[in-house]
Amino acid sequence: MQKMTNSELSQAIYALFGERIALSEELYDTLVIEVAPKDAYEIIEQLKQDPALSFNFLTLLGGVHYPEMEGRELCVVYHLHSWKNALRLRVKAYLPAEQPSIKSVTSLFETANWMERETYDFFGINFEGHPNLTRILNMDEMDYHPMLKQHPLEDATREDKDDRFFGR
Amino acid sequence: MGKIEDLEVINGEGYQLTTLDKAVALARSNSVWPLPFATSCCGIEFMATMGSMYDLSRFGMERMSFTPRQSDLLIVAGTISKKLGPVLQKVYEQMAEPKWVLSVGACASSGGIFDTYSVLQGIDRIIPVDVYVPGCPPRPEQIIDGVMNIHRLVKHESMRRRYSQEYRHLLSEYKIEVTNAENDK
Repeated sequence: MQKMTNSELSQAIYALFGERIALSEELYDTLVIEVAPKDAYEIIEQLKQDPALSFNFLTLLGGVHYPEMEGRELCVVYHLHSWKNALRLRVKAYLPAEQPSIKSVTSLFETANWMERETYDFFGINFEGHPNLTRILNMDEMDYHPMLKQHPLEDATREDKDDRFFGR
Repeated sequence: MGKIEDLEVINGEGYQLTTLDKAVALARSNSVWPLPFATSCCGIEFMATMGSMYDLSRFGMERMSFTPRQSDLLIVAGTISKKLGPVLQKVYEQMAEPKWVLSVGACASSGGIFDTYSVLQGIDRIIPVDVYVPGCPPRPEQIIDGVMNIHRLVKHESMRRRYSQEYRHLLSEYKIEVTNAENDK
């Protein structure tokens, strides 16, 4: 079978979506595209259903926090895999820190269920239409989203650490 | 270990007298049934301690009890996350008196290297601990030493200690309900 290359994939994606792809680049041999959050669901759906591309597998869904990027602090990253073409694709959608909200892809990929819960747990991103958007890894009583960079990584209640010995 | 000479005894012709307290404590200390609560690498070291090389059963601890209701010693070996904390406390509550706790390794004792939002910074924040074993992870010899320190505690504990005001106060600090409250003397 003729293997599809990243440049062929890039052309195919531009032919399909054109203006709706904000940015595309190749990083570590993988094509990365950026889309608007409101388009993300539809584009992923088409990437999955298109017979030539057939991105039928969601490898990973996760979040990133960029506190310095005003208005687009939070990022949802989808790692898609096309088994047919043996090709991977990363789709990124940037969200504002106030009320970060994006449509859930659980109706396309069942596996997104727990991954979206995890992303909600750690970044507080609201996935609209998720069947059960509750914490999954952290304890239920936790009242913040620990991967947001304004929160300290270390446990605030630990008493045996003297800051002087840690260069602080 | 368990020698009758360790106790205060009155020797006569063909008999030996001691107090019930001490005889019971001697029996208890040599038949401790441990409950291993092992979550990570300390648990692996504990498995070696149980195995034929180090052989914890030499100390009257042949039977690991995998239900808290039949065990006397809770061995917590490994990192306890904050989410697991209530589970550990429930396990402790389900154990019958008298009960002891051995904290194995840096994580169980203090959170260890995991100074992070998700890890409990020492199990003594949720349950009272009798003996701490340092190490990351501790060697089986250290775990055996910790167990023998538990034996020493058991052997010298008065039978009435679990009914005492001090003990009830200790448990109330952890918000753990005291069983046998009606026997309070």
